[in-house]
Amino acid sequence: MRIPFKTTYDADLGLFRDPVQRRWYAALLAAVLLLPLAVPAYLVDISLVFIYGICGVSLMVLAGYTGLVSLGHAAFLGIGAYAHVFFLQDVGLPWVVSVALAALLTAAAGMLVGLPALRMTGVYLTIATLAFALIIQEVFTRWERVTHGLKGRPVDKPVIFGVSFTSDVAFYFLCVALLIVALWLTANVLRAPTGRAWVAIRDSEIAAQSMGVHLARYKTMAFAYSAGLMGAAGALFAHKIGFLAPDIFSVLLSIQFLLMVVVGGLGSLHGALYGAVFVALLPVLISEARDYVPQWAGQAAAVLGKDAGSAVYLAVERFVKQPGLEPGVFGLILVLFILFEPLGIYGRWRKLQVFFSTFPLYKRATFRRQKTYMRSERLR
Amino acid sequence: MNGLAVGCIYGLVALGFVLIYKATELVNFAQGDLLMLGAFVCYMFVVWYGVGYWVAFALAIALVGLFGAVLDATVLRRVIGQPQFAVVMLTIGLGAMFRSFASITWGSEIYTLPTPFSAQTTRLGGVSVSHEYVAIIVGTVLLCGLLYAFFTHSRVGVAMQASSQNQLAAYYMGIPVKRMFSLIWAISAGVAAIAGVLLAPVSLIDINLGFIGLKAFAAAVLGGFGSIPGALVGGITIGLIELFSGAYLPLGVKDVAAYIVLLLVLAIRPQGMFGTVGRKKV
Repeated sequence: MRIPFKTTYDADLGLFRDPVQRRWYAALLAAVLLLPLAVPAYLVDISLVFIYGICGVSLMVLAGYTGLVSLGHAAFLGIGAYAHVFFLQDVGLPWVVSVALAALLTAAAGMLVGLPALRMTGVYLTIATLAFALIIQEVFTRWERVTHGLKGRPVDKPVIFGVSFTSDVAFYFLCVALLIVALWLTANVLRAPTGRAWVAIRDSEIAAQSMGVHLARYKTMAFAYSAGLMGAAGALFAHKIGFLAPDIFSVLLSIQFLLMVVVGGLGSLHGALYGAVFVALLPVLISEARDYVPQWAGQAAAVLGKDAGSAVYLAVERFVKQPGLEPGVFGLILVLFILFEPLGIYGRWRKLQVFFSTFPLYKRATFRRQKTYMRSERLR
Repeated sequence: MNGLAVGCIYGLVALGFVLIYKATELVNFAQGDLLMLGAFVCYMFVVWYGVGYWVAFALAIALVGLFGAVLDATVLRRVIGQPQFAVVMLTIGLGAMFRSFASITWGSEIYTLPTPFSAQTTRLGGVSVSHEYVAIIVGTVLLCGLLYAFFTHSRVGVAMQASSQNQLAAYYMGIPVKRMFSLIWAISAGVAAIAGVLLAPVSLIDINLGFIGLKAFAAAVLGGFGSIPGALVGGITIGLIELFSGAYLPLGVKDVAAYIVLLLVLAIRPQGMFGTVGRKKV
C-alpha cells in the first residue's frame, strides 16, 4: 500500500496527489494526443465523447458535488448551441467571443433557474428543471427568427483566428483542448472554498448553513457554473452535429446526461468521463451487437439441430432489429446500476483499488452506504 | 367540458403519484408509462382477442395493478432508504424500459381504441358533449368515491393510512407494512391503467402516451405533493388553464402552460394549494 507523504504545503495544495499520479496523467494526455494516428476512422465518435465529457463535468458539479439533480441540462446545451450559432453566423462575432458570450448567456439562464431552486429541495428541483427544459424546447420551436424553428439551422465549421477547423483531426484537438480547460477549471474550483461549500451543501444543508455557508449564493453559483460549462459544450456540440433542430434537445438527452453521471459514479470527475465514454459509445456498441448477437444465438441453438439454429437466428434477429430497443437498453443499464452499483464505474474501480492495496484485509463494509429514511426526518 | 375531462386524467395520474409518495416517499416518474401500458393492454384485448370492452377494461386494471405490485416487491423495495435521487433515476429507467417493451410488443404505430360510447354526443344545455368525455368525468368521480370509501372505511385502507403516516409505529401495531406498500403500488398502477383506458378513445394510443405524466406532475405539485384531493383539484385546474390558454393566448403557450404553472407554483408557494409545511428535525 502506497501512502504519499507530504512534506510541504505546496505538495498538499497540488492538483495531483504525487509525482506518480502526475506521470500517469501525462501518459494519458500523450495517448489522447496520439489517438488520431491509431484510429483515424472513429475520430468523430471520439470527439463526441469529449463533448459529452464537458457535459458530464458540468452536471457532475451540480448533481454529484452540490447534490442538486437537474433534468434540464439538455436545455442549457441547447441555449449554448443556439446562442453560439446566433452570435457567430447572424451577428458575425469572432469564434472565441461567441463561445464566451454563449457560455455567459447560458450561465445567466442557469442562474435564473437556480433562483426559484433555492426554495425547493430534492425531487421538486428535479421536476422544476424538467419543466424549464420543456418550456425552453418550446421556445426553440417557436422563436423562428433566431432558431429557424422546426426547419432547423445549419452550422458552419469553426474558424478560430483565421485557422479553419474543418478536418476531423483539427476538430478533435479543439474538443480535447476545451475538455482539458473545463477539467482544469473545475478541479481548481472544487478544491477551493467554493467547491468545499458545494460539497458541504450536498452532504447536509443544515450543517453547511450553520457553518456559515451562504446557501442561496453557493447554490446559484453552482447552477451558473454548471450551466456555463454546458453552454460552452453546446457551442462545440453545434459544430459537431452541424445542424440544429429543437427536438435534439429533448428530455431524453437530459436523461442521457444523468445516466452519464450515475453510471460513471456520482461525486467524482473521473466518473463524469467514464460516463461520457459509456454513453457516447453505447449506441455504437448496440449497433455492432445487432449484427453479432443473432449469429451467436443461432450458433448456440444449432447444437439442437440445424432447423432450431436458423429459427433462433431469425427470431433473435427480428427482436434486436426493433427500433424501440435502444432506449430500453439504456433504461435497463440505469436500473441495474442503481440497484447493484450505486457508486458507478468509478466506485467499482475504487473498490478494486482498495481491494488490492489492503489485500487480505478488504471489508465490504468500507463502501456500505448509510440508509436515510425520509419519514423519520419529517415532523408531522 | 374537454378541459375538465383532460384535467380529470391529469388528476388521476397525479393521484397515482400522490398515493405512492404519501406511502413510501418515492416519486414515481414511470407513472405516465404505466398509463400507457394500461391503454395498450386494453387495446390488445379488445382488438387482438375480441374481448368485450368492459371485460378488457377490468383485465387491463387487474394486469397493470398486479404488475405494479410485482414491481414494488422485486425492484422498488430495494431502494427504500436510499437517496431520493436514486429512486428518480430508477423510475426513469423503468419508464424507458416500459416504452421499449410496448414498442416491441405492440409496435410503434398509432392506434385507436373502439368503445361502446365512441362518436356519440348528447346535447347538454345547448352544448354538444361527446360521451367519451362524459365517461372520463363519470369514471373519475366514481373512482374517487370508491378510493375515499376504501381508505376511510375498510380495514386495509385504514392500515394503509397508518403505515403511510408512520411506518415504524404501524409495523409495531402488527400491520404488514411491506405488503401494504405493494398493495398501494397495485392501486396506483391500477388508477394509472384506468386513466389510460379512459384517455385512449380521446387521445390516440402510442408509446409516447406516457409523457402526459409530465403534465400530471404540474397537477400534483399545484395541489401540494402529498394531498389526495389536491391532486384532483390540481389536475382539473391544469386542464382548464390549458384549455383557456389555448383559446386566448398565442400559439404554443397551450403546450407549455402546465409547466409554466408548475414553475410559478414552485417559486411562489412550493407547498401547493393543500400541502402542509414540514420542518426538518436535525
